[in-house]
Amino acid sequence: MYDAGKIVTGLLIFLLLITFPVWYNAAMGKAQTRPNPVVQTADEPGRDTCVLEGDEMVTAHMNLLDEWRDTVVRDGVRMTETFNGHRIEMSLSRTCMDCHSNKEQFCDECHTYMDVEPYCWECHVEPRQAPEAAPEMEGGEQ
Amino acid sequence: MSTWSSLIAIVLLITIAIVGVQVAGLQMVFGVVIPYIAIALFLIGVVYRVIRWAMSPVPFRIPTTSGQARSLPWIKNNSLESPHNGFTTFLRMLLEVLLFRSLFRNTKTDLKEGRLLYGSNKWLWLGGIVFHYSFLVIFLRHFKYFAEPTPAFVTALQSVDGFFQIGLPILYITDMLFLAAVSFLFIRRVWSPQLRYLSLASDYFPLFLLLAIGCTGVLMRYFTKVDIVAVKELGTGLLSFHPVVPEVGVMFYIHLFLVSSLIAYFPFSKLMHMAGIFLSPTRNLANNNRTKRHVNPWDYPVHVHTYAEYEDEFRPVMKAAGLPLDKEE
Amino acid sequence: MAVKYKPDQLLQVDYKPPKKSWLDPKIDFGEKKGNWNYGAVPDAVTHLELPNARKWQPSDEDWQLPENWKEIIFEGLRQRLDRFRSLRLFMDVCVRCGACADKCHYFLGSGDPKNMPVMRAELLRSVYRRDFTLAGKLMGKMMGARELTVDVLKEWFYYFFQCTECRRCSVFCPYGIDTAEITMIGRELLALVGLNIDWILTPASNCFRTGNHLGIQPHGVVDSLEFAADELEDITGIKVDLPINRKGAEVLFIAPSADYFASPHYYTLLGYMALFHEIGLDYTWSTFASEGGNFGLFHSHEMMKRLNAKMYMEAERLKVKWILGGECGHMWRVIHQYMGTMNSPADFLEVPKSPVTGTVFEHAKSTKMVHICEFTADLIKNDKIKLDPSRNDHWKVTFHDSCNPARAMGLIEEPRYVINAVSNHFHEMPENTIKEQTFCCGSGAGLGTDENFEMRMRGGLPRANAVKFVNERHGVDHLLCICAIDKATLPPLLEFWVPGVEVAGIHEMVGNALIMKGEKERETDLRGEPLANLPIPETDEAAPDEKPVEEADHV
Repeated sequence: MYDAGKIVTGLLIFLLLITFPVWYNAAMGKAQTRPNPVVQTADEPGRDTCVLEGDEMVTAHMNLLDEWRDTVVRDGVRMTETFNGHRIEMSLSRTCMDCHSNKEQFCDECHTYMDVEPYCWECHVEPRQAPEAAPEMEGGEQ
Repeated sequence: MSTWSSLIAIVLLITIAIVGVQVAGLQMVFGVVIPYIAIALFLIGVVYRVIRWAMSPVPFRIPTTSGQARSLPWIKNNSLESPHNGFTTFLRMLLEVLLFRSLFRNTKTDLKEGRLLYGSNKWLWLGGIVFHYSFLVIFLRHFKYFAEPTPAFVTALQSVDGFFQIGLPILYITDMLFLAAVSFLFIRRVWSPQLRYLSLASDYFPLFLLLAIGCTGVLMRYFTKVDIVAVKELGTGLLSFHPVVPEVGVMFYIHLFLVSSLIAYFPFSKLMHMAGIFLSPTRNLANNNRTKRHVNPWDYPVHVHTYAEYEDEFRPVMKAAGLPLDKEE
Repeated sequence: MAVKYKPDQLLQVDYKPPKKSWLDPKIDFGEKKGNWNYGAVPDAVTHLELPNARKWQPSDEDWQLPENWKEIIFEGLRQRLDRFRSLRLFMDVCVRCGACADKCHYFLGSGDPKNMPVMRAELLRSVYRRDFTLAGKLMGKMMGARELTVDVLKEWFYYFFQCTECRRCSVFCPYGIDTAEITMIGRELLALVGLNIDWILTPASNCFRTGNHLGIQPHGVVDSLEFAADELEDITGIKVDLPINRKGAEVLFIAPSADYFASPHYYTLLGYMALFHEIGLDYTWSTFASEGGNFGLFHSHEMMKRLNAKMYMEAERLKVKWILGGECGHMWRVIHQYMGTMNSPADFLEVPKSPVTGTVFEHAKSTKMVHICEFTADLIKNDKIKLDPSRNDHWKVTFHDSCNPARAMGLIEEPRYVINAVSNHFHEMPENTIKEQTFCCGSGAGLGTDENFEMRMRGGLPRANAVKFVNERHGVDHLLCICAIDKATLPPLLEFWVPGVEVAGIHEMVGNALIMKGEKERETDLRGEPLANLPIPETDEAAPDEKPVEEADHV
């Protein structure tokens, strides 16, 4: 092998960079952590179902909220129906937060994990969290 | 012909992924086994190919000089185009690798009414640079699916990439640029008769593959939707060697399988230009030939004609012409 | 010579590639007469101890290859892949982006798609893929892999001898792929089975024996130089010294051998002689190292080394301090990029130092050889010679950068500096055709033969076209160059495409402009033609030298 010094150095740099997530995960030790959103965070559950089916909510909630905002703000329509026929108001703070009242335990769990920064709270007031309420909720994630 | 065969190959790959995941239920194979094999092939393959190149020496110092060499002190040396030492050669390489310097020179020549006309032609350079940098940004953005917590540079990249805040989820500019650039690179290949003539299946196949990867990615992000938390669980699982196979849609498996195909194909293809550029002897050597001797490791003695032999043959005529002789006879 | 082809006819270039796949190699040599070169005569092959000496022509159906020719080629290719990283890399990394396509003068002039540099390389790559790569083995035609057949070999011969190794494509290639490297190695492979062309091998054989391509024997060199000295005396009134094979001189001067005889090279020779006399250079010519050029470069690395060895051998024998080299293009590729590696270290020499200005040529401290343009530029810069550029006022000139000095040395400004000092009428050609983007004369790398005339005229089109541009715009009537092949092949090229423009060397102009101590009043230039600034009848002065007189005598 010729120019071994330069070429091996180059290859090592390449390998080090390209396998970055491996070293990073090993160093951080957090690769096994999983988001664990607590679905029902309100003391008094408002409803027993969500707007769409669960897995649909997981992948499409952002579009749903986006659509709601446009419908309410632009068309002045406030009411809609859930997939199973409940009439609800299209409101993040009043409808969604009825059940998912704890942003940290619900929204932020996945958003932080996925490094997503929704701009909901640029207009909406972030719900205040009761600091002492959090530990109480730990057992009740069902 | 080679266009079609490449297209068929892509369709085949997609079919394999669909059948494998949806019909045969081989999530484990497509989500874990194949990606591991592909990564291993990629890493070993790239290293192997580079070492293979390195096994051959550079017997002669053959830089292509594209500017004034360093000669007399009062003549201005173009140190980037005709570098004379290691540092300026490094700078030349930097321009080449990061900015595609040589391609930037590209011209277009037309023969019109008996005249050759030269015009600047930066389209290929632009297409190339847009493609490569979009690809790089997209590749780095994907680190968030493999590393937890998401590295800060990824956060920064995606916020810059989504700067215009169009749509929801926010449109990444690089997604569009990537698709546009790859399409451009494909279209010019079939548009120009010369390029069509010289293009092989191995030119179309990677383009189609990249296009398919880009399309499935865009579909997932903007249209068909996928549970990205599950994707990240799979990704971090892979790259922390605790593989898991969470429930993810088939579109994701198609995407992953195409990516696996790309990286497995990489070392055996022209895509190795990524590594090759660094080793190109017309670019990575200083133009200091007459200053510093370059040694050829396999140099061997050759049969030469010596002066003594020459004088022996021509002594009489040399003598007659009054030339001095080494050996009088 | 130019009867068979007409410029208008050759200008109808069809750039449309054929329908059939390029993998089909069939070439009809009969139909393509005018585009290839004659095979080497057995004498030259034998004299150079090369294999498969025989009488043959490319137009023969049977090329009389050795029985195991395929084995020889494969073994040769394998060996070269192991020896040249350039080859292995260039076989692997091309992405066929096509940026090189319209950079090649042969493609621009012929429209033949296999003259696109990428395709020229693909001819070899297709074989490499099939037999040296896994993907090619598995996928075959899909990957552009093909079997080595006699037809493929013939195709190699046709196209590797349609490349002048000018390296213009390598300037534009994003990976620096150098077709010259591929062609050089391709030609080496062909030579292994006895496929040489005569225009390369006979000069190489001559050079091996007599020290120069033309086969001039020692007394012939002496005669020629003495004749030149006499002629110089007629023009300048000064009898210059003529040191030949003189031991103990400070400098050994080596010029391409065409300078001794050929026109217009010869006038450059007069220029050198006048200059060396005027500065009192302690130098010598050599009849043994009487060739600067090196046709070995066009044959194989080994032949290049065999022929180049003479320079240092002779410098050592004559006990000179350093070597000065004349105006020649490929000669300087060999000296600059190969000689140091092939035949050094030249410890018996000293770092070149101009005895006139005291300038030490640091950049040549290893190879110990200096280009005449560097040397002269240094003289002019230090005001060591008196020049009267108005003696060149009868010429309007442009400068053709020869491929090798421009793209393998970076010798770009020195010649321009000298030209500007000796000429008042210097006009550059368009920027896409000069300096590192210069176009080849179309006849380099051993292809300047009569039988190859059509392809030469086609390949020279871009150069001639640029000359035509400055001829029409500025009335340029002389094309300057610093290359012996240029001086031999540009005259017929210009006669074909731009009649009326002549070719000259830079040191011919230096010789014209040089004011020599004790010289007589100059009435003519070195060609014996009247100078423009002579006090000739006033009526004539009103007519400026816009349109040059047409001349035909190029030989």
